Amino acid sequence: MLPVLARRVANIIPTLAAVVALVFLLFSVLPGSFVSAMNEDGRSNIDPAVMERMRKEMGLDDPVTTRFAKYVTRIAVGDLGTSFRTREPVTKLIAARIWPSLKLVFAAMCFAIIVGVPLGFLAALRPGSTIDTAAMVGAISGLSLSQFWLGLMLMYLFALQLKWLPSFGYGDGGLRHLILPAVALGVGPMALLARTTRAAVLDVLNADFVRTARSKGMTETRVVEWHVLRNALVLVITTIGLQFGSLMGAAVVVEKLFAWPGVGSLLVDSVFQRDIPTVQGCILLIVTFFLVINTLIDLAYVSIDPRIRYG
Amino acid sequence: MRKLVWLAAVAFAVLGIAAAQAQDTPRRGGTIRMTAPYAASFGSLDPHATPRAQDDIVGKALQRSLYNWDTANNKPVLELAKSVSVSEDGLTYTYKLRDDAYFHNGRKMTADDIIWSYTRIMDGTKGFPGARYVRIIKGAVDVEKGQAKEISGLKKIDDFTLQMTLTERVEPGYYFFAGTTAILPKEEVEKGNYAANPVGLGPFKFKEHIPGSRVVAERWDKFYKPGMPYADKLEVLIMAEAAARDVAFRNKEIDTSILGPAQYVAYRADPQLSKGILEVAEMFTRAMQFNPTYKPFADKRVRQAINYAIDTDLIIKRLVKDKAYRAVSWLPPSSAAFDKTMKPYPFDPAKAKKLLADAGYPNGFEFELSTSQNESWGLPIVEAIIPYLDKVGIKLKPKLVEVTVLTEIAMKGEHQAFIGSNLTGPDSLATLRCYYSKTPRTACNYTSFNNPEFDKLLDAAGEEADMAKRNDLLRQANNLLYEEAPVWFFNYNKAVLAYQPWIHGLQANPTEITHQYPENIWVDATSPAK
Repeated sequence: MLPVLARRVANIIPTLAAVVALVFLLFSVLPGSFVSAMNEDGRSNIDPAVMERMRKEMGLDDPVTTRFAKYVTRIAVGDLGTSFRTREPVTKLIAARIWPSLKLVFAAMCFAIIVGVPLGFLAALRPGSTIDTAAMVGAISGLSLSQFWLGLMLMYLFALQLKWLPSFGYGDGGLRHLILPAVALGVGPMALLARTTRAAVLDVLNADFVRTARSKGMTETRVVEWHVLRNALVLVITTIGLQFGSLMGAAVVVEKLFAWPGVGSLLVDSVFQRDIPTVQGCILLIVTFFLVINTLIDLAYVSIDPRIRYG
Repeated sequence: MRKLVWLAAVAFAVLGIAAAQAQDTPRRGGTIRMTAPYAASFGSLDPHATPRAQDDIVGKALQRSLYNWDTANNKPVLELAKSVSVSEDGLTYTYKLRDDAYFHNGRKMTADDIIWSYTRIMDGTKGFPGARYVRIIKGAVDVEKGQAKEISGLKKIDDFTLQMTLTERVEPGYYFFAGTTAILPKEEVEKGNYAANPVGLGPFKFKEHIPGSRVVAERWDKFYKPGMPYADKLEVLIMAEAAARDVAFRNKEIDTSILGPAQYVAYRADPQLSKGILEVAEMFTRAMQFNPTYKPFADKRVRQAINYAIDTDLIIKRLVKDKAYRAVSWLPPSSAAFDKTMKPYPFDPAKAKKLLADAGYPNGFEFELSTSQNESWGLPIVEAIIPYLDKVGIKLKPKLVEVTVLTEIAMKGEHQAFIGSNLTGPDSLATLRCYYSKTPRTACNYTSFNNPEFDKLLDAAGEEADMAKRNDLLRQANNLLYEEAPVWFFNYNKAVLAYQPWIHGLQANPTEITHQYPENIWVDATSPAK
């Protein structure tokens, strides 16, 4: 297991380096700067002398190569720089957002797994039945719905009409405030998981070894438990890993809609305001999260299916 | 029986009066729940570090500047000083400061704090946005350039007397009411990490900041205005999404909500919600600004023709849903120099065609208009004016850019025309300086306006000590702008704040409606927030 882990970690480093370079390059060629963004709402006002000083203070007048060299040097020692907007270390800004983000992502993923996997499983065991049709209609709808619309509908129903839950905000960080954004974020992955589970289970149910198991007189429950579930799990876990890894980045819309203080809303604000160090820090975090989750999933394959070996 | 009827009538009348008085008498206690709608987070809680309107919503609760904006009388008024006297030359101001203003750490504010705060703002290595205001004090620029350590124009007479010498004859209230010039305690700032634990002079004391979610503040009992603030607690909740704000407001989770055009229509149509709408003409002028380096726009007749060619009223009614006031000129109606007798350019395509023909463009011309996506002054508006201009022969090609980029384009002059929203107050002299010939494009003279007559009027206004006479000169300058039409005068923003029935004391602040002085606000017992 350890050599596998070492190899996967070694693969992460060049990927991260490429992301760092790409994000830097992208924001170097993008028009608009933090200083001009200060006037973007037409409500703030800042004069040219101050703008000039800010550009100097933030190193925006330096050549791109100098800025990149400084950036890479900083990153190498774990320093993500100072936010243009708040004038605080980016690590501090991100640290304040990680926990709410993780909470939201984990809750959304839990919802997706708890609902999506059994739904797909049930649909596969009774193909063509009412359960199957209903589950797949639900799954397609879940995949098609925009998070924004779904979020609003959830707010409307559970907050405004039923008065069961608060419509927005972080509150004390408890479950009451978490449910609606988690469901809004989790419906997409839930739908995908349901479809993937159904396809994977159907595939395994038709496999030779399942037929053999049945012909040996194994009960259907045992066949499903021992053979179908275990073999279908590889594909399901792959989907879970991919969805889980990308959820932190995908949470941008939900976080903004529900005023949830996660990394996504920090990222979107920073992009609009051209707070480049913060943008770079957030993207780096999201990519790292994705890579780490996928490495863990790769390791999980080995445990689930001993036939899988990484060369 | 008759007696009984009389007694009942009197009892009802007394109860009615008592109830009415209860409605008018501020109640102590409760929680104010305001919203911060302009972004998904606050930039900084260090008021010197941020010029953003979003951050100043919290700033008004935690911090105080030398002046405040008096919404009722629409002018700056002394806040941290009890009185001020002005020298004969109109340049030296002597302030008798409050001796009852305490920072949230319990220390009394003195003249040293004002001197230190303004000196900090002028730190040339920091690029603090408030420098644009403090620069008006004699010697401030020297500090900014690193040539002096102290601002020579600031002199402490005693702990509660401060002398300030200015470089120009201006009304200092316009310069020192901004949140970016708030007075901070040196010892707290120098501890470091001030933005995470802001200590100010405001009516509420900082309690908690959950980045991206909310700021919570508690009543500051040593606030210098007797009996104020009324509420025990203030929450400023970040809510950047209008649709989500709407649900939260209807669900009574927030006390105030800024409305966009679509919501404005819905709220006005609702019998209950329509009772809680606060409107004000904010000091923002939306306009299409012409770049005279593009040949057709160098001719005044072409610029006037565009003003005649567009049915501006109809666009405001149909597209902006009446959530704007028709712009008559550059200065907004809240300006003392606004000419109330002025009428906007009428919709007259025939006159527009004639002006174009006179200018040598009988078949019109083509131009590119840089625009953002904004619903009130962006692409939807541009799409509406295309057919109007087409009818007089002008082909408009919209160029969509991100709003962040729009200012940069305007500053660099990389446009033929652009449409945007412009801060046009509260200082009318400073606002009109954007059309002064010596003002560079990078400052705000985006139309490279150059008119000797206009310059002369502005110079005279700058020299004039009598405010009435000064305003008269500015009025003439503003009227001249109308005639010269360096822009298509579109609208003044009508800011609309929806409020719940239990919240009282909100102010129709034309400088920014979300900037409420929360010491004046109180919530009655029907508020669901405890």
